[in-house]
Amino acid sequence: MFTEFYFFLRRHGIKASTQEWMGLLEAVQRGLAHESMTGFYELCRCLLVKKESQFDLFDQCFAAYFKGAEAPVMLKDELSEWLKNAKLPRELTPEEKAALQALSLDELRQKFLERMAEQKDRHDGGNKWIGTGGSSAFGHSGTHPTGIRLGGEGRSKSATQVAEERRFRGLRSDLTLDTRQLTLALKSLRQLTRSDGPQELSLEDSIAATAKNAGDIELVWRFARKNTVKLLLLMDVGGSMTRHSQLCEQLFSAAHSLNHFKEFRCYAFHNCPYDELYDSHNPAQNVATLDVLKQIDSSWYLLVVGDAMMNPYELTAPGGAINYYQNNAEAGIVWLQRLRERLPRSAWLNPESPLAWRQTTSVQIIQKIFPAMFPLTLDGLRDAIASLKKA
Amino acid sequence: MPPVTPLPQFKGTNSYIASAELQGAVNVAVTLGRPLLIRGEPGTGKTLLAKAVAESLQLDLLTWHVKSTAKAQDGLYIYDTVQRLNDSRFGEGDVRDIKRYIKHGPLGQAFARPTRSVVLIDEIDKADPEFPNDLLHELDAMAFNVIETGEQIQAKERPIVIISSNADKELPDAFLRRCVFHYIAFPDERQMAEIVRVHHPGLEAKVLSQCLVKFYWLRELPEIRKRPSTSELVDWISALIQAGLDPAKLDKELPFLGVLLKKEGDLHTARHFAQQKRW
Repeated sequence: MFTEFYFFLRRHGIKASTQEWMGLLEAVQRGLAHESMTGFYELCRCLLVKKESQFDLFDQCFAAYFKGAEAPVMLKDELSEWLKNAKLPRELTPEEKAALQALSLDELRQKFLERMAEQKDRHDGGNKWIGTGGSSAFGHSGTHPTGIRLGGEGRSKSATQVAEERRFRGLRSDLTLDTRQLTLALKSLRQLTRSDGPQELSLEDSIAATAKNAGDIELVWRFARKNTVKLLLLMDVGGSMTRHSQLCEQLFSAAHSLNHFKEFRCYAFHNCPYDELYDSHNPAQNVATLDVLKQIDSSWYLLVVGDAMMNPYELTAPGGAINYYQNNAEAGIVWLQRLRERLPRSAWLNPESPLAWRQTTSVQIIQKIFPAMFPLTLDGLRDAIASLKKA
Repeated sequence: MPPVTPLPQFKGTNSYIASAELQGAVNVAVTLGRPLLIRGEPGTGKTLLAKAVAESLQLDLLTWHVKSTAKAQDGLYIYDTVQRLNDSRFGEGDVRDIKRYIKHGPLGQAFARPTRSVVLIDEIDKADPEFPNDLLHELDAMAFNVIETGEQIQAKERPIVIISSNADKELPDAFLRRCVFHYIAFPDERQMAEIVRVHHPGLEAKVLSQCLVKFYWLRELPEIRKRPSTSELVDWISALIQAGLDPAKLDKELPFLGVLLKKEGDLHTARHFAQQKRW
């Protein structure tokens, strides 16, 4: 009798399984709802919703369904926060405008739902996330040929529809990237070899040897097998990478928490690594890139995370670093080559979409040095790790 | 339809006050015989819940503290081969009896008991990400096989399984589907005042409320990455008392901020906003 409610929930993003639904029916049969609406509400929540992040959505759905009200528009609460105090839009050149994809309404809807699921922070002036003053297709006070205006005042007239008045039908089917999945992907980066450390007692061999010895105990020792992978993670921070910071943090915490590599180091850079890198634990403390290179050897794996999008002179010209005071004596490209030569087993993860790579000169320059460039998605990470293992 | 057997209801205990929703979740888990997954920020009493349930229903509590090296098998049983090998040479008794060397873990003990018990699997998220998946079958069937003896241990009375997890880690979906879920919300100011009073009975009400206002202000700053928890508040108040706290001073600034905030960035943010706010 509640089946309609079940599909209502599923339609609105509460993806309860049949098993969970049967559990709910059993609980209702056993009188656990105490024949009250509150009881039923609590029962539904503890059996159907397993993530507190979905409680709010569930509340909206429950209220909407049982009060017979309109279905909730799935706007995140934070969404309205991100859209307050709009930033002024930057002027776009005609080429930039042309580069912005004109999307159909269905594509827009789909993308909007994806963004809403992924976005966790405010973003202004960007071209992807929901925010203000940018050239993303979502938000307000920005510029985009099509696009969904969310709240705020419509500045450019191109917003095709206003999300607040809309009800969504399409549901996202993509994978969300969470730390757990990243951890599992990173775990596949391993190389088991005999360690030089203390030996371990091999039970099976000891038992076999003891049996052969007619019960006279003989202990067999073996070298433990340990993961010998040493990983150097270099991350682009600040500037255009700010809007990917959530993703980068997840990757960092996944790699860091894994406790799985023999050695793991992480440094940060801005746009391109030059003669100095930043320590990820202590941003004020710079380390000389040469010192880092001295401490590692070709047995290390290198993962670089960055959008590789910058003015080409930041790569090609000495003194081209975006940080004026860095005044690098050697061009960025020299440093990139140096890294690549020292660490042949390397891959580049780029949070921007591969479509955008082709249109950016700096990405193409970097791809000549780091041909193994992959998008920073779960699949991209898996591919990157596969290519690292092959190298 | 399964027979409806009246089961004892969990209502909380004298020392553990459970919200109506939490009581409901416990009773649902007990009735359906499903594990109860409890999540919540540190310091919200996740671990204590199992103790309270055991006390209130007058059952024995078996605790399994999960460590980063824990294997799902350890909770069921361990075959102590080294002991057996040793006994075969130097020990007494019948070495051929493998049963003597099968040692049950907390979950195994609960299944083997003739009476119902409460099992707490504490901080399940600490172990390997695949750990919960390895327990799926055993938690479903409430039974396991001892491979070495061919014996099957089937729970006569389904134990009440309570699993705690910190809020920041994801658990596998297949595992989540089998659980009853409850999220213990962070205590509000009124509940928090009660908690602090347990630790600092002599604290003046005015000072306490001043501390709480600042504490919740900090927690609600959206820029703070690692929000201070209950234990950090209690430590902070201890530090204030130790330093001979001056209520007038507390009114204007935030001393010993390092006790509450453990990230450098958070400290900067808090100082920045505190200046703007001008206590």
